[in-house]
Amino acid sequence: MKIPLSWLKDFIDLDGLPVEDIARKLTLAGMEVDEILYVGLPKPVYKEGEKHEFKTDGIGWDKEKLVVAEIREVKAHPNADKLTLLDLYDGQQDQIVLTGAPNIFHLKGAGKLEKPIKVAYAKEGATLYDGHAEGQVLMTLKRAKIRGVDSYSMTCSEKELGITDESDGIIILDDDAPVGMPLADYMGDAVLDISILPNMARNASVIGIARELAAMLGRELKKSSGQLSVTSNQLSVTSGQSVKELVEIEITDPELNPRFVVGLIRNVEIKPSPYQIQRRLKLAGIRPINNIVDATNYAMLEIGEPLHAFDYDVLKQRAGKKKIKIITRAAKDGEKLTTLDGNTRTLTSMNVLVCDEKGPLSLAGVMGGSESEVYDASKEVLDAVGIETKPDEKLPHGKASVRGTSTVNILLEGAAWNFINIRRTAKQHNLPSEASFRFSRGVHPAMAEGGVSLGLKYMAEWAGGAVAPGLVDAYPLPPKDAVAEITVNDVKRWLGIELTLERISELLSRLEFKCEITPTGHALRITAPSHRMDIGEGLVGVADVLEEIARSYGYDNIPTTTMADALPPQVGNPVHEWEEHLRDLLVAVGLQEVVSYRMTSVEKESRITQYDEYVRLANPIAPEKSVLRRSLIASVLDSLEKNIRYSEAFSFFEIGPVFEPIKNELPNEPRKLAIAITGLREATAWDVQDSPTLDFFDLKGRIELMLSGLRLTNISYTATDSYSSLHPGKAAEVKVNGQVIGAFGELHPLAKEQYELGDSPVLVAEFDLNVMRSIDPTYGIKTIPETPSMYEDIAIIVDESVQAETVEALIRQTGGRSVTDIRLFDLYRDEKIGAGKKSLAYSLTYQAEDKTMTDAEAAAIRNKIVKRLEKEVGAKLRS
Amino acid sequence: MQDKLNEIEKAALESLTSINDPAAVEAWRVTHLGRSSALMGVFSGLGKLSKEERPIVGQAANRVKVALEAALEERSKLVKAAVLAKSLEEDHIDVTLPGRTRHIGRLHPSTQQLRRVLDILAEMGFQVFTSREVETDEYNFQLLNFPPHHPARDMQDTFFIEADPPTGSGQDRGDNPILMRTHTSPGQIHAMRKFAAANPQDPPPIRIALPGMCFRYEQITARSEVQFNQVEGLAVGKNITFADLKGTIADFVRRMFSEGARLRFRASYFPFTEPSAEVDVECFVCGGKGCQVCKNSGWLEILGCGMVHPNVLMNGGYDPKVYSGYAWGMGPERQLMLRNKVGDIRYFWGNDVRFLEQF
Repeated sequence: MKIPLSWLKDFIDLDGLPVEDIARKLTLAGMEVDEILYVGLPKPVYKEGEKHEFKTDGIGWDKEKLVVAEIREVKAHPNADKLTLLDLYDGQQDQIVLTGAPNIFHLKGAGKLEKPIKVAYAKEGATLYDGHAEGQVLMTLKRAKIRGVDSYSMTCSEKELGITDESDGIIILDDDAPVGMPLADYMGDAVLDISILPNMARNASVIGIARELAAMLGRELKKSSGQLSVTSNQLSVTSGQSVKELVEIEITDPELNPRFVVGLIRNVEIKPSPYQIQRRLKLAGIRPINNIVDATNYAMLEIGEPLHAFDYDVLKQRAGKKKIKIITRAAKDGEKLTTLDGNTRTLTSMNVLVCDEKGPLSLAGVMGGSESEVYDASKEVLDAVGIETKPDEKLPHGKASVRGTSTVNILLEGAAWNFINIRRTAKQHNLPSEASFRFSRGVHPAMAEGGVSLGLKYMAEWAGGAVAPGLVDAYPLPPKDAVAEITVNDVKRWLGIELTLERISELLSRLEFKCEITPTGHALRITAPSHRMDIGEGLVGVADVLEEIARSYGYDNIPTTTMADALPPQVGNPVHEWEEHLRDLLVAVGLQEVVSYRMTSVEKESRITQYDEYVRLANPIAPEKSVLRRSLIASVLDSLEKNIRYSEAFSFFEIGPVFEPIKNELPNEPRKLAIAITGLREATAWDVQDSPTLDFFDLKGRIELMLSGLRLTNISYTATDSYSSLHPGKAAEVKVNGQVIGAFGELHPLAKEQYELGDSPVLVAEFDLNVMRSIDPTYGIKTIPETPSMYEDIAIIVDESVQAETVEALIRQTGGRSVTDIRLFDLYRDEKIGAGKKSLAYSLTYQAEDKTMTDAEAAAIRNKIVKRLEKEVGAKLRS
Repeated sequence: MQDKLNEIEKAALESLTSINDPAAVEAWRVTHLGRSSALMGVFSGLGKLSKEERPIVGQAANRVKVALEAALEERSKLVKAAVLAKSLEEDHIDVTLPGRTRHIGRLHPSTQQLRRVLDILAEMGFQVFTSREVETDEYNFQLLNFPPHHPARDMQDTFFIEADPPTGSGQDRGDNPILMRTHTSPGQIHAMRKFAAANPQDPPPIRIALPGMCFRYEQITARSEVQFNQVEGLAVGKNITFADLKGTIADFVRRMFSEGARLRFRASYFPFTEPSAEVDVECFVCGGKGCQVCKNSGWLEILGCGMVHPNVLMNGGYDPKVYSGYAWGMGPERQLMLRNKVGDIRYFWGNDVRFLEQF
């Protein structure tokens, strides 16, 4: 919310406080100031190395060079049709000023003005924004000749002064603006852009911020909130009929509408609001429309109660000879209402309507309606409910068919609504507005009466009408006062500070809480002020009040202590630690971790998987993020594809959940590991070229290292053709103790075709971490033998179909504990050894447990192994 | 004979002075000390000499041999040294050529930062507690004191999972019972309930760190993402105050950022804590002078925190009359963005190797 400082100063004396100090107080108390925009007040200049505290923008206005002046005559320019010359008095002397402003042009040649026009006058040397430049460009006013006339000064537009980006026309000030007064003193301002937290709806108003500031600064409000609400007898009252005689109210469900107040003002003349009012509205981010709309918006911004203005004559016409009856009720499912923006909306029972006996008038607390033609005629006034106003529409003066005069009569509504219904309605119909912003966060029903009175007061001031006596106030459900009892110990236990009840009382009274010490003297009984809906009951109320004590005391003043409470038993998190260890192992074997979006699309995943069921998002942000992933390999391949042009080799892994749907239940979230590698085995260098590409055994080697790092044993690899994404001849399942933990292999050529992954083979793996983690690792290590070992190589020739694993297992079985290491060091195929044959060469390590093995003993083992191989797999020893 | 020996010695020594390479040294040795050298000829001719002459000539020849060997040794050392010097002078490489590299592995930057955070928390006694990513509305919101349709839900735009709405509810998305968690805080309830179940009459104190991926319905831009990691700290016990919360945060920030880092606590609002605060640390890029990173404010917003709301304690099985606690949450990706000047949050899940390789 944007709050002009000048407006705040209506309620609190801020003299002597730099703007940034005010902003800091608010920020620390929970009203974060995002930016300070200077619009005339001096903008602080930071010296080199000096600390900033806020983002700032805007300009200050030079007191000497920017003053209020008055135009006394508008003359023609001798050499230019579209320009005029202004005879202007700046409080010290007469000036001639050149302008092309369209909003002054019609007075050209009218002679001396009967009533001088007050303007913002910039003298030579003033620094302003360039009115003709795109965006905000600073410039300094210099003397120039324009079409033969000397120009050294100007009358300013809002853009030039940094008030708005409006450059079409000069500012015309209110008639009472004192000529010669520095503009900075007359209307210099600074705008605080404040974030309103959801629990601080009460502060979405000038008075709300002023009230907080008063508490934080320990200063008095100029008018307390109670005095602020204007009562109807403070208004200028006509002798006409009272509102009660003309209008009645029926609230059908007080839970939806606890209070509904209306007031009436007759014979208002619709015209622009005073410039100072328009300026404040503009700085607050609201476009001025006319004095009636502006009065409702101004009153809302000032005290936080959204108001809705009805054209009284329209309601009267609809009521015919009967008394006007306003009825509030829940909409019927399927009921339709055409809102001001021209959209016909189908309603549900959560929407609340303001109706008369003829039908709906508006979507309560959100937007006015335009169901019948008569409402079209008063549309602009109905617009006053929110900011969704259309600036270009002029009020149709003299709607003779309805009232036959040039003035209008306004029935003004101030109400309280159930915040949940307002929030749901605004969301359902996508109608955010200033009104629904406030109502959906909770506006206290106590505000309604003051709101209507204040709105009427401003209308009377700016539109010249006469307020009818009294208000009609239907208030079937006043909220209970929020009361909490708090002790010295509560404050100590929760905040860690020791405060007396008197001190607590003082801190809370600043925020207008009523505090009294209970009869026993041990506790403070606290009643929340009538503008607050955020204080709960019981323990919650205590916590709510504790927060207010902390804010009022100042978070910065609460000490910083080291926790003295008992440390719970330290049990660690073995699952998390195991996974982190796995990550380290994968990095150690050269894999790069990636982290992908959990959200993907069926199309993307179906390149490699075929799942029918997915966890689907009800409100996806984009089609390519419409389901939760089921395949982690798909995630990693997506990353690989995006990167494929950027490197010669990739070794990616990802660890994370996939999502297995269960209808109407939470999905399973098993954790997986996926690996994908492709590209060159060795890094290219100036003397390393033509590296072979990574293949199945590169991936297998990494997997072997990973499993050994996890201390898993009894691992087997079995050829598999049951994974459709893997090459049927180059794929293996990995088992530990016979249990499948994952599979890997070369990406199936058909799957690879679905991606743009370059020419090299792509090797992928996926492991189920839940299964892997459930396997007990080995803990002990092998002792290092003290006796020397013997090394020997043997090479055998076997049929191509004999698997290396079989040969190795036979060697291991036959050699028993005497063969401590078996390493395949050569695989050889050649015509000399025969077609369909291969030679496997192993390096064996012999080791006796407690003595040095002799050659004869080694030879005996070797012969046994060779014989076994000959017998079992038809091996022949290669000589 | 003596003359001849002198002649041999003189000639040999003279020729030695011009020898400059190892091969010539060896050739000289063969010529002057080898089997068929003149000197060896003298030795082999000793037998022909008389008994009287033999020892004299023998001694003289031996003296020449020793002298030549010594000279050879000396010369050989010089030659070797010269050769080495020459080779050292000539044998050099272009050290500016690039080194032979390897394809190495790295952790994703988010994992690296998560570890930094969790390591510090572990030392402070906060142990890792993880929970699921798809949650119920109950755990993600209601038990954390966000009633249905509460305006605070607007602070956390939510992804909902397709499911049939429970009977009796309206059509509003807010009624959807299954969603992507918007924060790791549902883990607070899971953890409290788990710990309280162990001893419902007198639940044990809690100090946990809750890391994990969270999801918000946001447009994906340089500043906002649909998923991000969060780490929360939660402490619950019988004697825990807002002042302790300030102390814990101060300790953490000192470890995470710098020893002298200035902090400020701003009042804020989260439904599941009260009082709530946002914590700003003095901008470590500019030292608080104002820069692009801190948007000229001198402060960086780094975490949100507060005392656990009584309703949340109650929902977790901890009696708020006896127990109190605090919680705070922060974003590892945001920390990295500040720490390493990452200007675009989309880099994190883009997995572009040109980004990943920089961590």
